[in-house]
Amino acid sequence: MIIKSLDPRVTRLEIPAEDQSFEPLAPMDQHETYEVFHQEKRGGQPVHVGSLHAPNTELALVMAKEQYGRRSRTVAIWVVPTSEIMTISVEDADIFETTPEKDYREAKGYRVGTKLKAWKKQQEGATNG
Amino acid sequence: MYGNLSINDAPNQHDGHEEDPQLLAEFEAKIDRGEKIEPHDRMPAEYRCQLIRMIEQHAHSEIIGTLPEGTWITRAPGFGRKMALMAKVQDEVGHGQLLYGAAETLGKSREEMINDLLSGKSKYSNVFNYPAKTWADTAIIAWLIDAGAIINQVTNSRGSYGPYCRALERICAEESFHLKYGYDSVVTLATGTPTQREMVQDALNRWWRPIMHFHGPPDKASVHTDRLVRWKVKMATNDEMRQEFLDTYVPKIRELGLTVPDPNLCRNEKTGVWEFTDPDWDEFFRVIKGDGPCNKERLAVRKMAEENGRWVREALARPSATYTVPLA
Repeated sequence: MIIKSLDPRVTRLEIPAEDQSFEPLAPMDQHETYEVFHQEKRGGQPVHVGSLHAPNTELALVMAKEQYGRRSRTVAIWVVPTSEIMTISVEDADIFETTPEKDYREAKGYRVGTKLKAWKKQQEGATNG
Repeated sequence: MYGNLSINDAPNQHDGHEEDPQLLAEFEAKIDRGEKIEPHDRMPAEYRCQLIRMIEQHAHSEIIGTLPEGTWITRAPGFGRKMALMAKVQDEVGHGQLLYGAAETLGKSREEMINDLLSGKSKYSNVFNYPAKTWADTAIIAWLIDAGAIINQVTNSRGSYGPYCRALERICAEESFHLKYGYDSVVTLATGTPTQREMVQDALNRWWRPIMHFHGPPDKASVHTDRLVRWKVKMATNDEMRQEFLDTYVPKIRELGLTVPDPNLCRNEKTGVWEFTDPDWDEFFRVIKGDGPCNKERLAVRKMAEENGRWVREALARPSATYTVPLA
């Protein structure tokens, strides 16, 4: 008995209707993981868009083009093995916590206009007086 | 494409009380603030376990979902339709890949997920156990099944797990083409010859019950999932999503002069709630447990694809390669 399908391709495959033995996939059957970066237009920032599985870098690029570049505009795709990416452990995330008072390194932290205005007023007062 | 299975919703192998109360409080506070959870954050075991189950089933649904439509690629009416259907099927496979990746970040390997699908341990959306008998079936699938899936996916994309949300946002953007393509296909048939109209009505008749099953069993029959709601794993109930679907699509179906094959389907003007004939939930549970028209064929085709590809994967394997969980 083979599977008879509405799909002529399935019928042609002559898959047995019963007793399909299947040997479970072994670990690493699906190969390593890669992280993918995508640049949509020239001058734009390349951004991380996701991951994929591939047996080597060349195929990772081929798959990345299919997976992340088949629909949207693409000028560049980068791949890198996930294992090569270093990250700061979540336990150490407190290193990103710094003083909340950071105006000294922002433009808004400097009120030049107010100072100038006060000084000019003072000058005027001195002349008129 | 994905609906709500909910058959395994029976919760709580992991009781929340096992969790360290302080960590749990920090986790819940993060969710209450509207922050997303990322793969390396601490999370309750039940949260992890439910998300793996949900994302994995979603991934399987995308892959198995290509089979009923893929049937028609070789027989599509015209080159334009063939190109569009191939693009749609390729997108669905791509969605499966994105979702497997998101599930992997929670610690289940892709090999384990594929093995669980093929052994029957993991489920996929029930609608794909029904056959696509005519070209009009593919039109109804692309329009109405994808419409149901988009409602489900947009809802879930507001959930709390970062990688799942990111995958869903990408998926929803792509699904908008599927929906429009499906609508265009149905409109073409519905505004065509009497034979074409008959064909699309016939497909609608056959697909209506699976469509009504799509968002899962009614809320009154589901196990309470308060904690999953609180943790933003479950973002809307099955009934809420089904109502949203009916609200949007029943008028569009009727506009085409097609008949929804349920004489009791009507919107209660007072409550604004759609009322309909109970779509035989016994059949839903029977099919999900394996006894549907195409369950065997779907898994047999997937098994064959894995088996036939095995020697290629083995030939390409590098013995020194080691697995790393995808980053985000």
